[in-house]
Amino acid sequence: MGEAMLKITGLNAYYGRAHILHDVDLTLGRGEVVALLGRNGAGKSTIMKSAMGLLSGRSGRVEFRGRDVGALRPYRISRLGLAYVPEDRRIFSGLTVLENLEVGRRAPADASKPWTPERLFDLFPNLGERRDQDGARLSGGEQQMLTVGRALMGNPLAILLDEPSEGLAPIIVEQMARAVKTLKDEGMSILLSEQNLYFAHAVGDRAYVVDRGRIRYEGRLDEIMANDEIRRAHLAV
Amino acid sequence: MDLSFVVNQVLTGLAGASSLFLVASGLTLIFGVSRIVNFAHGSLFMLGAYAAVTIYGPVVAALGPAIGPWFAMLCAALAVGLVGVAIEVLILRRLYHAPHMLQILATFGIVLIMQDAVVLIWGYDQIVGPRIPGLRGAVTIFGLRFPQYELFMLFAGPAVFVGLWLLLHRTRWGTLVRAATRDREMADILGVDQAKLFTSVFFLGAALAGLAGGLQLPREPANIYLDVRVILEAFVVTVIGGLGSIGGALLASILIGLLQAFGILIFPKSTLVLVFAVMAIVLMFRPWGLLGRPEPQTTSDLAETKAAPPDRPYAAHLVVAVLAVLMVLPLFAPDYIVKLSTQAIIFGLLAFSLNFIVATGGILSFGHAAFFGIGAYTAAIAVKNYGVPAGAALLAAPLIAGVVALGVGWFIVRRTGIYLAMLTLAFAQIVWSVAFQWVELTGGDNGIVGVWMPGWASATGAYYYLTLAVCGTAIAVIWRAVFSPFGYTLRAGRDSALRCDAIGIDLRRHRVLAFALAGTAAGLAGSSFMFLKGGVDPSLLSMDISADALIMSLIGGVQTVVGPLVGAAAFTFLKAYIMPLTDQWRLVLGVIIIVLVLAFPRGIVGFVNARDWFSRTVTRSPIPAVEERTA
Repeated sequence: MGEAMLKITGLNAYYGRAHILHDVDLTLGRGEVVALLGRNGAGKSTIMKSAMGLLSGRSGRVEFRGRDVGALRPYRISRLGLAYVPEDRRIFSGLTVLENLEVGRRAPADASKPWTPERLFDLFPNLGERRDQDGARLSGGEQQMLTVGRALMGNPLAILLDEPSEGLAPIIVEQMARAVKTLKDEGMSILLSEQNLYFAHAVGDRAYVVDRGRIRYEGRLDEIMANDEIRRAHLAV
Repeated sequence: MDLSFVVNQVLTGLAGASSLFLVASGLTLIFGVSRIVNFAHGSLFMLGAYAAVTIYGPVVAALGPAIGPWFAMLCAALAVGLVGVAIEVLILRRLYHAPHMLQILATFGIVLIMQDAVVLIWGYDQIVGPRIPGLRGAVTIFGLRFPQYELFMLFAGPAVFVGLWLLLHRTRWGTLVRAATRDREMADILGVDQAKLFTSVFFLGAALAGLAGGLQLPREPANIYLDVRVILEAFVVTVIGGLGSIGGALLASILIGLLQAFGILIFPKSTLVLVFAVMAIVLMFRPWGLLGRPEPQTTSDLAETKAAPPDRPYAAHLVVAVLAVLMVLPLFAPDYIVKLSTQAIIFGLLAFSLNFIVATGGILSFGHAAFFGIGAYTAAIAVKNYGVPAGAALLAAPLIAGVVALGVGWFIVRRTGIYLAMLTLAFAQIVWSVAFQWVELTGGDNGIVGVWMPGWASATGAYYYLTLAVCGTAIAVIWRAVFSPFGYTLRAGRDSALRCDAIGIDLRRHRVLAFALAGTAAGLAGSSFMFLKGGVDPSLLSMDISADALIMSLIGGVQTVVGPLVGAAAFTFLKAYIMPLTDQWRLVLGVIIIVLVLAFPRGIVGFVNARDWFSRTVTRSPIPAVEERTA
């Protein structure tokens, strides 16, 4: 697994009085692709939001690159090299594709080769054709690519990808899977949440199975694929 | 109307539009990123005018007449920009996640402080500004003379528009500002330091207001009434244009500028009414203004979510004890105290009724004074002009206020959040200008005087009991409404209009009825107040009264049922005892408001409630934050 990029220990999170996450522990190693699997409402997004500093009601420890980031504002965490791609994409409407990318631009935290719009358009050719269009007028798949591209423009060391395949056409899902693999080959650490076990299996190394706010199982994706009991208990709808 | 005259009026209108745009662009820019409606924007304009007029002489002496005047205005603008930065860093930054009401009150507190500060520094008298060398003459256009300075103003607005557009669309800073305007949390996630960005936006917005103030000097002396006039105009322009939209502000400025230039010919008495009427019509067809976008749900649209009224069950004996004290008060208290108490009860009803729609109904009104004033004027006019018996007028006037509130409510509940608050403010200003300008009926600025209760009821003690009975009954009725299915429905709608829709509740009807009920109650407070003072004048309809009512709720505790009553009493007595001690009552009040908003947003009752009196620990009472978005 190597050195830990992101390490979460004893995380509890709350929306108002509702206790959402219970003692979540997880680790994302350098260069690893880890999936959070679970049904709608299991707490996958909440784990990501907590890691990104977006939730006020939480306790526990979140370390990024060995540093406690629990008290930091999201922009500070982002500048340390952790990117977050929200499930609902949140493209800036009224801004063109290039401008959306510009908002995310930030010099790399290490000496790696920085992302540029041109490099991104190699990864997602559709975006290149629409560079001057209003981001809000893109198709769902293109928006998903834009939101991933926008996060990459910050030259992060790790990415939290919330449901990257949700609501996308199969052909776009394939493109997205290829993109995730490309990123992985370049050494990016990725934590992604998925309901689509096949997508997770195609790109991921390990997975955590999340159900009702707790980590129920942790293991290699092959094992989970093979384990009917876990799939029935925590993943099947 | 010949052509040259029309052209001249158009040019005059456009010059006015330029000036409007300069102010409105800063306001709308600030609103765009911070979602705060900055009432102090007019005060920054006023400050710009005073700053420019102060440094004008020395600067021109030092730099000569060619660049001196412009340098003076620029310096004034930069200075005002720094004041804007101070306001953002010290006060508003802490309120970005607070409910609209607290934000508005805080900026209103700044307005009050600046008003007294300007008087302290520059005095009450207006200061006539210089005329710019080289622009003192006039040019002849179609045979009519048109001042050169107006011609200059005509180009200043578009020039600033182009500059702003380039800044927003051709720089990284501008891209970040536009991104944060759409979704500031997402910008945060992408590593944008909002604090810095917001501070820089405040600097620019405030500097624009200051620049507009300086540029106004050759047209109008620096005076202490600029702030309120300018902020109202700027509100209208930004609301018509769409809050947050610079292009919309330009369009709306032109519309309003022309309307003022030609409206004065058609409807000479009140262009203000015309302007607000146009605003209402625009909002009817374009709810978010000409070029505005719906307020993103991520921001404080759900602001009042946590302002849930149910108090700790108040012990019945506490209510009985308070009532008992009130019942015997005139027996031992001096007349002065009894009079003040009468006033406190009246304001209690006013604040209570306002808090009913704000906290229970989620309808943020900034124009509650309208119904207070309508009640007062109706009663006064009924007695004075039509010889209606005082008692009948006292009780009938509120019904008129209620009917008006029903009509206004029907219109405004179609909007939410800030747009709704601005509409209520606009309505109150229309009523105010009618009262001010329809001299035959209302007596104009002087109002109507010498209207008292007849016979026994005019005595201080008797009128106290009458008020206690009448207003107390109204308070009891509203109190009952808060805890009735009607009140629960309103609260449900406040917390989630969508879910109410889904379970088949006609929320609008409930809101209209709540608004009418509150309007009736405010009308009763108004007619009671009129008989207490023996007359009316337009100040009863002013923005100050609307603000006072909100401030009373704030002092007592917005999120509690009894808060407004406690707050009204505290406010009335504080004012009565502090005002004679200082000429700077507004300054004191402004500071009180800001301290309350920042440190004790839950008010007196909220503070008491948060305390567990048995274990003697204090629960921290932070500013009620907006709920996090749930996944």
